Amino acid sequence: MENHYFVDSDKLSGAALKKKHELETDPASRTDHMKYMEGMEQIKSDIMDKVMTEMKNYDYSRYTARDVNAALNHETCTVEDFKALLSPAAEPFLEKMAQRAKLETQKHFGNTVYLFTPLYIANYCENYCVYCGFNCYNDIKRMKLNMEQIEHEMKVIADSGMEEILILTGESRAKSSVEYIGEACKLARKYFRMVGVEVYPLNTDEYKYLHECGVDYVTVFQETYDSDRYEQLHLLGHKRVWPYRFEAQERALMGGMRGIACSALLGLSDFRKDALASALHVYYLQRKYPQAEISLSCPRLRPIINNDEINPLDVHERQLCQILCAYRIFLPFCGITVSSRESEEFRNGIVKIAATKVSAGVSTGIGDHESKYTGKESESAEGDEQFEINDSRSFDKMYRDMSEEGLQPVLNDYLYV
Amino acid sequence: MKDDKLIIGGHEFSSRFILGSGKYSLSLIEAAVKYAGAEIITLAVRRTNSKEHENILDYIPEGVTLLPNTSGARNADEAVRIARLARELGCGDFVKIEIMRDTKYLLPDNQETVRATEILAKEGFVVMPYMYPDLNTARDLVNAGAASVMPLASPIGSNKGLATRDFIQILIDEIDLPIIVDAGIGRPSQACEAMEMGAAAVMSNTALATAGDLPVMAEAFKQAIEAGRKAYLSGLGRVLTRGASPSDTLTGFLHD
Repeated sequence: MENHYFVDSDKLSGAALKKKHELETDPASRTDHMKYMEGMEQIKSDIMDKVMTEMKNYDYSRYTARDVNAALNHETCTVEDFKALLSPAAEPFLEKMAQRAKLETQKHFGNTVYLFTPLYIANYCENYCVYCGFNCYNDIKRMKLNMEQIEHEMKVIADSGMEEILILTGESRAKSSVEYIGEACKLARKYFRMVGVEVYPLNTDEYKYLHECGVDYVTVFQETYDSDRYEQLHLLGHKRVWPYRFEAQERALMGGMRGIACSALLGLSDFRKDALASALHVYYLQRKYPQAEISLSCPRLRPIINNDEINPLDVHERQLCQILCAYRIFLPFCGITVSSRESEEFRNGIVKIAATKVSAGVSTGIGDHESKYTGKESESAEGDEQFEINDSRSFDKMYRDMSEEGLQPVLNDYLYV
Repeated sequence: MKDDKLIIGGHEFSSRFILGSGKYSLSLIEAAVKYAGAEIITLAVRRTNSKEHENILDYIPEGVTLLPNTSGARNADEAVRIARLARELGCGDFVKIEIMRDTKYLLPDNQETVRATEILAKEGFVVMPYMYPDLNTARDLVNAGAASVMPLASPIGSNKGLATRDFIQILIDEIDLPIIVDAGIGRPSQACEAMEMGAAAVMSNTALATAGDLPVMAEAFKQAIEAGRKAYLSGLGRVLTRGASPSDTLTGFLHD
């Protein structure tokens, strides 16, 4: 079972097509993904080794119903218990896991659910990541908003009632410089109480600069923690460097950020190993930086423009639910975000078990909030989406639905001090 | 019993049950206050909304004293800034200091808490510091100008009850300020026990938020706290720790 990722655009030149095919078929044509490129900061940290060792040694077929039962009966969940909960042996225990997860969520978060929305300000990208709609060979409408357009988008979003925003770009230093992102974040501070970024990995001093611009939270998805598999999916560009990406959250914390989020993109590789590594990544970060707010996401692969067949393979909703329950039981204090990649029904259910944060009023395109929020025809150009979303509820609808599910929506849980 | 008042920073209260507010629906706050008979309710400053969407301040009944907390602060400076912001927002002069630099257990940083207490007390705040029950720290808090001391019973949200029982007892015995047991109280019986020990009040949030019926649980806590207080005031009977009391005394042979 495998996704077919490679799509050729007829707009690519002969030379570009040749290069693309070479990257796809000849591993020797690709750079060393474990080697830092020029300008990439190397920090001293043992977290990567710890996570990789655990992941490599994880044989989930060894765990039995007995291990799962024992894990569920332990008051605190050890790493071994967590491995049992992620294993196939735990699948028949899903309802029990959900009940335990719900208790833990309630103890730590009560009956609350946080709401936020992403804002994509540019979709230029220098990388060839074969599953991503923004990849440099994909034929999409590219766009980068100027400050005036960004402010307009922010006003539209803020008017809807949202108080937390996540600023995103495609990964292109050339088109979306750190200063450009920083200026956008300064603007965001005018309209929102809490500003996070999900942009290409940066050096510590650059994270420090963004923190000074008003950013409190940094999200970086590792996509897959299996570095060999990563190499086959990220064929070109800075993003190809796996260890630099792995250490992004730690550099962000060193740069003064309050919180970080980690995740694998489920469906790219062995999801049980990726889920283990994602959780251990935040687990070890929290041990080293106990003051850090940590959270996990759980995105599954979605269709993209020009390739509507991409799907999360063996990670069905039941498996996703198992992963989220295991995350909650292992890391009761950790924020868990479930994005609009998942359906309305799934999100309504999972916020009552394990998730603590959901997005609403989502667009993964560029400059289209007004047309998407109000139905008004856009007067300016819009850029294409990174992936297709599954739950398109507006902020108001989400607020109402969450309240009806018996949860208290929380719009902001941070003070920038 | 009638004249039995809880006095914090010169303010008098009849209720000895302080309510948390951060873990349940805003629409339940009014019922919680009513059934708990609470006169003080905490409020996370970081949660107060800046816009017209549901604002927690609109849900708190009149006459209830707001106790803004500094949750989210990682050091004294951040706590001080949050406290000042609370005052600007019109939340009054009370402040509960919460300083955590551990997101897993949310254990308070005693040292930074003393530092923040000193700064805020000088600025005229009624300072109620949340702390790990340590006698030396409690004494430092008294000297820094605290209006009460709020030791934790067990980690926040754990509902584990009086894990630090013996150390809270030491604070009750040695500190002249009201000792308010905060965090970890999961059941009315635990709240009752804290009051029997001589705690001045009990604070609870998660125990209510995770209850099946919040208002009923609020009332159960109220009754337990009142029962514990009455037991404390009436003087508990002696407790025999080992065996019964012998009728033949060991010193019966002494004649002059």
